[in-house]
Amino acid sequence: MQKSADIPGEIVSTLNGGGRVEDDTLVVEVEHLKKTFGKNEVLKDINLHLRRGENIVVLGKSGSGKSVLIRCIVRLIEPDEGKVMILKKNIEELNNDELNQIRGKIGFLFQSGALYDSMSVRENLEFALRRKLKTDSKDRVDMLVREALEDVGLIKDIDKMPSELSGGMRKRVSLARTLILKPEIMLYDEPTTGLDPFTSREICELILKVQKKYATSSIIITHDTDCVKITSNRVFVLKDGKCFAEGTYEDLKSSGNSWINSFLR
Amino acid sequence: MKLDTVENAQTDVNNSSGEEPSEESAFSSIRSFFLEVSLLTKFIVRFFAELFKAPFEFGEIIKQSFQIGYRSFYLVVITGFIMGLVLTIQARPTLISFGAEAWLPAMVSVSIIREIGPVITALICAGKVGSGVGAELASMRVTEQIDAMEVSGINPFKFLVVTRVIASTCMIPLLVVFADTVSLSGSYLGVNLESDISFNLFFNQVFASINFIDVLPAFIKAFFFGFGIAIISCYQGYYSGHGTEGVGRASNLAVVYASLMIFILDMIAAQITNLFM
Ligand SMILES: Nc1ncnc2c1ncn2[C@@H]1O[C@H](COP(=O)(O)OP(=O)(O)OP(=O)(O)O)[C@@H](O)[C@H]1O
Ligand SMILES: [Mg+2]
Repeated sequence: MQKSADIPGEIVSTLNGGGRVEDDTLVVEVEHLKKTFGKNEVLKDINLHLRRGENIVVLGKSGSGKSVLIRCIVRLIEPDEGKVMILKKNIEELNNDELNQIRGKIGFLFQSGALYDSMSVRENLEFALRRKLKTDSKDRVDMLVREALEDVGLIKDIDKMPSELSGGMRKRVSLARTLILKPEIMLYDEPTTGLDPFTSREICELILKVQKKYATSSIIITHDTDCVKITSNRVFVLKDGKCFAEGTYEDLKSSGNSWINSFLR
Repeated sequence: MKLDTVENAQTDVNNSSGEEPSEESAFSSIRSFFLEVSLLTKFIVRFFAELFKAPFEFGEIIKQSFQIGYRSFYLVVITGFIMGLVLTIQARPTLISFGAEAWLPAMVSVSIIREIGPVITALICAGKVGSGVGAELASMRVTEQIDAMEVSGINPFKFLVVTRVIASTCMIPLLVVFADTVSLSGSYLGVNLESDISFNLFFNQVFASINFIDVLPAFIKAFFFGFGIAIISCYQGYYSGHGTEGVGRASNLAVVYASLMIFILDMIAAQITNLFM
């Protein structure tokens, strides 16, 4: 990714790895979000605000509703109560076309990867890209695909089918497939789970690089302490369907709460 | 930084719920039947609403047409040939006992064109296409591929469902034409096993006995079969439950309901055709 022409505005310079972000534009606003599955109250009252160019890491035990939260944000799951605003639009009030338009600006990395089985790695990346660019220019698409695969170190596997890839490789292809669309908002569901420490670190650095280069705002779900340290501007701890704690990595680390520290060890 | 201290108190949500007692199970199964029917109706309405909206995904329609047509072609042809042959062999003694052996080509061809060709083809496709499409969409649902399409701004209904339904609606009538042709050839062989009749004479008799009123309803029926098979299979797959068990269930239900639908449509078609006879 060499071209810097796509960077909107001058926000990039305000970012500094950890720490606060100075742009105050809110890109995602979640207010009083509630979601219940049968008798299982997963989310009770979630308030979350994501600023432009900011990385928020969401921590929480397995099954605490982290995936449900980001699925509610893209409206893959309909919340029972509460409001979700994306880029100042209440997504509940949008019709299908408008929702699709907003979704075009969001990248979503699935916990399971969710690669299209029937398509090769190349086709997986081209699939949404062609529709987004509305072009058939083979060279341009091909260049972007190669670039994205190089970023995740999988250029040699470009013509393989997803079934021929390892779990970690699938995850990386999936990441490339999401990033190739240059989304304004990224939602990562456990981007480094199942990867070795070395690749994990590379992925975290890639996340950071993308954030700086394209001023993307991200919500990152992860259990990986290094990843929290590297990528987070702010950490959001989820417990019993509510926000248990919120602050920078350092804030939380120095809070002295042993439950939180067990995540940040 | 804020600590939500109220939540420090361990409020364990008790989600090991006692299920509803079984006294309402009969009522609830009737209710779930109607719920299913209304969901399927909504699915069909949505199909027509999305049918005329861009993008049209022509590439995918062609790919699916090839898949559906090609996947069932050999099976349809072989079964059609055997059905024609067997029908002829079995009809002969009865016709002989009435002294109507000369009617053999006419009788067999009318039954093939009007009933056996379309229904057998549709049943085979219900098995082959239904289980294929049902399982494919269900596994895409389970592995979040449909969700992935949705969040990347691609309409999965359009890309997966509409294309498959169009492909199936177009391909099954075509397969019926193949099945009919091969079936008549099988019948020619069947006639020739016992007596000697020239190819020309056989097909002259066949075409003399087939009317427009035999061919047209059969052809229209085939379109409906194609549409029904695909829409039911897609419905089962698209809304399959989560988990791998959902995939098996979806492909199973797709075949069962599609086959059932074929007989119901066939019955309706027979009634309607009779009105015009
Ligand atoms: N579609 C669904 N239907 C019913 N229950 C669901 C559904 N999706 C999630 N749940 C429930 O919601 C709860 C939270 O699930 P979620 O997937 O958000 O957990 P998570 O925090 O992402 O955990 P992990 O870290 O293991 O991925 C779980 O108890 C799960 O059973
Ligand atoms: Mg999860």
